[in-house]
Amino acid sequence: MTLSLLLQHIVNALSLGSLYALIAIGYTMVYGILRLINFAHGDVFMLGAYVAFYGITLVSLPWWAALLIAIVLTAMFGIGLERVAYKPLRDSPRISIMISAIGASFLLESLGVLIFGGRPKGVPVPEVLSRVIRIGPVSTVVISLIIPLFTFGLLAVLVYIVNRTKTGMAMRAVSTDIEASRLMAVDVNRIVSFTFGIGSLLAAFGGIMWSFKYPQLNPLMGVMPGLKCFIAAVIGGIGSIGGAVLGGFLLGGIEIMIVAFLPTLSGYRDAFAFVLLIVVLLVKPTGLLGKRQTEKV
Amino acid sequence: MKKAVGFALLAAALAALVLACGPAAPKTVKFGVFEPLTGANAGGGALEVEGIKLANELYPTVKVGDKEYKIELVLADNKSDKVEAANAAQRLVDKDKVNVVLGSWGSSLSMAAGPIVKNAKVSAIGLSCTNPLVTKGNEYYFRVCFIDPFQGTVMANYAVKNLGAKKAVIIREVSNDYSVGLAKFFVDSFKQLTGDENSILAELNYNTGDTDFSAQLTEVKKFKPDVIFAPGNYTESALIIKQAKELGINVPFLGGDTWETPEFIDVGKQAVEGVVFSTFFATEVPITETSKVFLDEYRKKYNKEPAAVTALGFDGYLVARDAIQRAGSLDKDKIREAIAATKDFPGAAGMITLNEDGDAVKSAVIKTIKNGQFTYMATVEP
Repeated sequence: MTLSLLLQHIVNALSLGSLYALIAIGYTMVYGILRLINFAHGDVFMLGAYVAFYGITLVSLPWWAALLIAIVLTAMFGIGLERVAYKPLRDSPRISIMISAIGASFLLESLGVLIFGGRPKGVPVPEVLSRVIRIGPVSTVVISLIIPLFTFGLLAVLVYIVNRTKTGMAMRAVSTDIEASRLMAVDVNRIVSFTFGIGSLLAAFGGIMWSFKYPQLNPLMGVMPGLKCFIAAVIGGIGSIGGAVLGGFLLGGIEIMIVAFLPTLSGYRDAFAFVLLIVVLLVKPTGLLGKRQTEKV
Repeated sequence: MKKAVGFALLAAALAALVLACGPAAPKTVKFGVFEPLTGANAGGGALEVEGIKLANELYPTVKVGDKEYKIELVLADNKSDKVEAANAAQRLVDKDKVNVVLGSWGSSLSMAAGPIVKNAKVSAIGLSCTNPLVTKGNEYYFRVCFIDPFQGTVMANYAVKNLGAKKAVIIREVSNDYSVGLAKFFVDSFKQLTGDENSILAELNYNTGDTDFSAQLTEVKKFKPDVIFAPGNYTESALIIKQAKELGINVPFLGGDTWETPEFIDVGKQAVEGVVFSTFFATEVPITETSKVFLDEYRKKYNKEPAAVTALGFDGYLVARDAIQRAGSLDKDKIREAIAATKDFPGAAGMITLNEDGDAVKSAVIKTIKNGQFTYMATVEP
């Protein structure tokens, strides 16, 4: 393999990995605070992409305005989803809330088919974002450079919020013990809503970026990315924001390099992601950066 | 008192129900429409359904013996998924008890239904599924289109004779029998035409539903082929071509009939300009009297140009209707025999004569994309 090809593969891996990382952060945020794997995350991702799409095509908003509005609407939707599907079950066994999450996921997918239609739609990608950039032998598109910037920017903002602000302190308190935080006058509902808002905002942003990079929408588009980013979050240590970013980049890198070095196995690239999940769960269940949790009795 | 009224109402409702289900004789003939209405192949499925529905509007009845039956379409969504396809087919033959099945877009989906229609002895007519294995060894599956050994040859011929290509790279949708089969026939034919066993530089794989092809395409860059043959589902193919352009690959892309969906252009936009693929029918060259009827009615109803597979949907419906009329009976085996005996039937997409495998032997059409429109290039006889 020549150097220029290797460089191209690395650029591809970084651009795919940063997208995974972006979506994995949302997963890990919600899990970190509520110990809930939000299976509907991938569908919120889909919803965000569709809202932005209709903003651009139906209302003919400029793309950045459509993006902002879609993110805000989807974040509000995420908060609403938590109120309806998860909050009533907060004191039930963990398995009930997980089943509710799976139900919410199917509901959103079916609603997507009903409302948006089952046929895929092509996304009008803004000219600025789809421009091709060539640096020597390596080429990429503007959007692939923007995504990693946002991923790291959002990582920094979130780490700051969680570790340095009062809301962040409350979030950490809720994550340790909901009852105790309530006794300490932490407004648990507000914190949970805030967490879901941020998680859905990240999902929507990820979905829109995804649809600008791979300009195709369908109501099931969130399923695979949702699973992949769940794997990324687990690899990195679910609950750890830095871990999610690391896991996203690792997964993206591994997927690209499998095709690059073992082209005959390229049809099995999804399978590799799941094998990786199993291996991580067997060998290091807490993930790379995860903390060991002592089981509360 | 309230209870009594409630009971009386319930009894009345039950009686009505029994009456409604009463007479056992069927008043309608049921055509099962077995198509992907959601999922990765939904765009293709929708095009075929358009054709079937149009035919149903123009010819809503069928004469069996001296009785006129209304034809009812029973839609079953196979969700672009092989497992769901088997379930949908089972439902059509068991629960809906359809007399004939039409579809499906996508050879893998049709093949999933193969054993089910065979066991139930219900005849099925494939519309645009081109993999030879759909009908091979299954006397209950037929189709109104040509098969991939021919289509692969057509495109290999085009690559070698029209483009002067000597080296090719194949990109296959490895989970799709259509794509794998068509790629194989192209490879065989391409090697034969170039007389060079090493003329295929690489065969790269991807999965249905994949969105990132940068790794495979970076490999393609290494090989520097003259042409890339990438038969596969339309959205994935459009994304492949788009990403290839972004990586600076300016090699002609060739494909198969699945590319002819509006979504292919919608997703690919400028990137898919100039790609060349084979398909079944071009509106620029109507073949039969039925073609004219089909084109006029379709344009009137939808106010746009029909896709080739829409014409095949129209044809599948007509062939089934014609066979039932000739059979003069709703007996499953009589219907099967009548379909198998279809000869010189004037369909919208050409004359249909089914051979011993149940396949139609027809000419192929080569199309390209010009200014965001599918454009006719040439007709190739078998």
